Amino acid sequence: MAKTNIVARTGNEAMAEAMRQINPDVVAAYPITPATEIVQIFAGYVADGLVDTEFVPVESEHSAMSACIGASAAGGRIMTGTSSQGLALMAEMLYIASGLRLPIVMADVNRALSSPINIHCDHSDTMMVKDAGWIQIFSENAQEAYDNMIQAVRIAEEALLPVIVTTDGFIISHCMERIEIIDDKDVKNFVGEKKLGNYLLNVDKPITIGAMDLPDYYFEHKRQHIEAMIESKDIILSVAKEFSGLFGRSYGLFEVYRLEDADCAIVLMGSTVGTAKAVADNLREKGIKAGVLGLRVFRPFPKEEIAQALKNIKAIAVMDRSDSMNAQEGPVCLEVKASLFDDSASPNNVLNYIYGLGGREVRIEDIESVYKGLGEVIKGKSKNKITYLGVRE
Amino acid sequence: MANIKELVKQKELFTGGHRACTGCGAVIVARQVLMVAGPNTVVAGATGCLEVVSTIFPYTAWNIPFIHSAFENAAATISGVEALYKSWVRQGKYNKKINFIAFGGDGGTYDIGLQSLSGAVERGHNILYVCYNNEAYMNTGVQRSGATPKGADTTTAPVGKVRKGKEQSRKNLTEIMIAHDMPYVAQSVAGNWRDLTSKVEKALSIEGPKFINVLQPCMLGWSYKPEITCQMGRLAVDACVWPLYEFVNGRYKITYKPKQKKPVSEWFSPQGRFRHLLKPENKQMLDEIQAQVDNFWENLLKKEAPAQNQ
Repeated sequence: MAKTNIVARTGNEAMAEAMRQINPDVVAAYPITPATEIVQIFAGYVADGLVDTEFVPVESEHSAMSACIGASAAGGRIMTGTSSQGLALMAEMLYIASGLRLPIVMADVNRALSSPINIHCDHSDTMMVKDAGWIQIFSENAQEAYDNMIQAVRIAEEALLPVIVTTDGFIISHCMERIEIIDDKDVKNFVGEKKLGNYLLNVDKPITIGAMDLPDYYFEHKRQHIEAMIESKDIILSVAKEFSGLFGRSYGLFEVYRLEDADCAIVLMGSTVGTAKAVADNLREKGIKAGVLGLRVFRPFPKEEIAQALKNIKAIAVMDRSDSMNAQEGPVCLEVKASLFDDSASPNNVLNYIYGLGGREVRIEDIESVYKGLGEVIKGKSKNKITYLGVRE
Repeated sequence: MANIKELVKQKELFTGGHRACTGCGAVIVARQVLMVAGPNTVVAGATGCLEVVSTIFPYTAWNIPFIHSAFENAAATISGVEALYKSWVRQGKYNKKINFIAFGGDGGTYDIGLQSLSGAVERGHNILYVCYNNEAYMNTGVQRSGATPKGADTTTAPVGKVRKGKEQSRKNLTEIMIAHDMPYVAQSVAGNWRDLTSKVEKALSIEGPKFINVLQPCMLGWSYKPEITCQMGRLAVDACVWPLYEFVNGRYKITYKPKQKKPVSEWFSPQGRFRHLLKPENKQMLDEIQAQVDNFWENLLKKEAPAQNQ
């Protein structure tokens, strides 16, 4: 097992630390709460000569992603970080980055979208770009954020797809935790040198990137992109396996917690996974068979695997930290339900809880009320399909 | 400076076979810029006529590395390419000398791309930004832009029964770029190859951000006969509606002074977009525009004057 150093770091510090160790060729970024620290700390590394990175302090997030696209197309290993409005401003360029198959890695600190303006956590920013063709990896805590950033470089470059690694704003980004940091040289070896295919700076073999694709080609290129997303699932798993073998921490597409014999389960992403696991432990002591499925990879969505993991659960609650504004349910619930439906299991025992918008606190009692609702479903009582948890109605 | 015989013998870096309109000025600009820049050049193009006509998959007119990503961000995109170059040179991974050039139309430069351009210039990237300025959104069908001159007929500021084309004057982007205190700013024109190529050559010899605003006649949007594109460019210069000048090391230099300044009406007359301004009932508007042009030209002469006295 490789040597690790145990330190205290916030989520933002952990992500910046991972970026220092990865030592990307270019970082182009713009400040935004609560993600600012990541690139601010990183700019300090640049100022101290600890990295080889060219840091491009752009004038907007749109230009941040544009510069990342230029630098990535030119052949480099490129990273950035943002949040909320920044991600929204980038949205146009996110589709272009993925369509050009550029393996950019971005830290996204989940924060609510305006308006009303709010700087705290929910997942509406990341969910807004869920269809942008980026791999999306969620983190439960600072350790996962750190580990996910390192794995993301390998995943992106093997899949030729950009990757967003998210943390929850303030809850993870600003919370100090005990984490294990891998040795610099081990990270360097793990990420390796970027393999060069065709790239702009190769003037001896000039290529045109971003050509005009008319109806005779666009569909095929999009189909290839979709296929790459599907295939990236195996890449994510193989990178996780290698990471686990070297550094001891295991990752999959999602984490199952006390799910094998559970009657009721909560499916959710991000920092609240930890709270749900604590509540499940408490309920188990009271004889209630509670379990948790903590989703790590939202894109590509692990539909068959989730259907398999949930097939024997009597009642399921999917907790969404964003709402799709009058869709049938929140975005995660829609995916989970559709997965169960495809697998001929009954999606009728799935409840959706929309929670924590704009940083609204999610307490132990809130999660307990979700399990209580599932208990009623098991007893045959009818329940509202969607509950807005912790809101003043 | 290469002469025209030498220039035309070089390998074409912007080839024929593209889909530009007959008499398109934009492709003249691209070809002449690349003649000077040579093969060790990376180009970023903004969405617009030049990008659309030159890169219809699976074809490309670019014999050098070319990237298009979006409309408003050619400057940011090329700044990313240049940033990687700096990083690789510093790491000892790359040792060629490369020119970094961005092309944007006036819509992509004066309007939607102004922030991106301003940011890239302020950051000091070693890039040359060339605006092929045809004074309207030609790619989408001749809509008014911040570069459209007062009185011009466009599809979003049309000549109607009450209104007479664009009511506002164009913004002076060249002066905005000069206000960035950047190493090199110039105005040039499609139709004067010597002026354009020598400015590109000078710009590429200077480290840091450079900007050339090239007036590019557009037969479709300006509504003139396609065979007179280059004459139209020269006429704009002779009428002083588009002076050729440079701003280098804090000094203005007018690179061409017409022996006989032509009236604005002579510049208007071949163009459909100004046809209404030549009617007797619109004489007052024509006079106002002539006065503006005269005023701008006089001011430019004054700006240049101190340098000449030294």
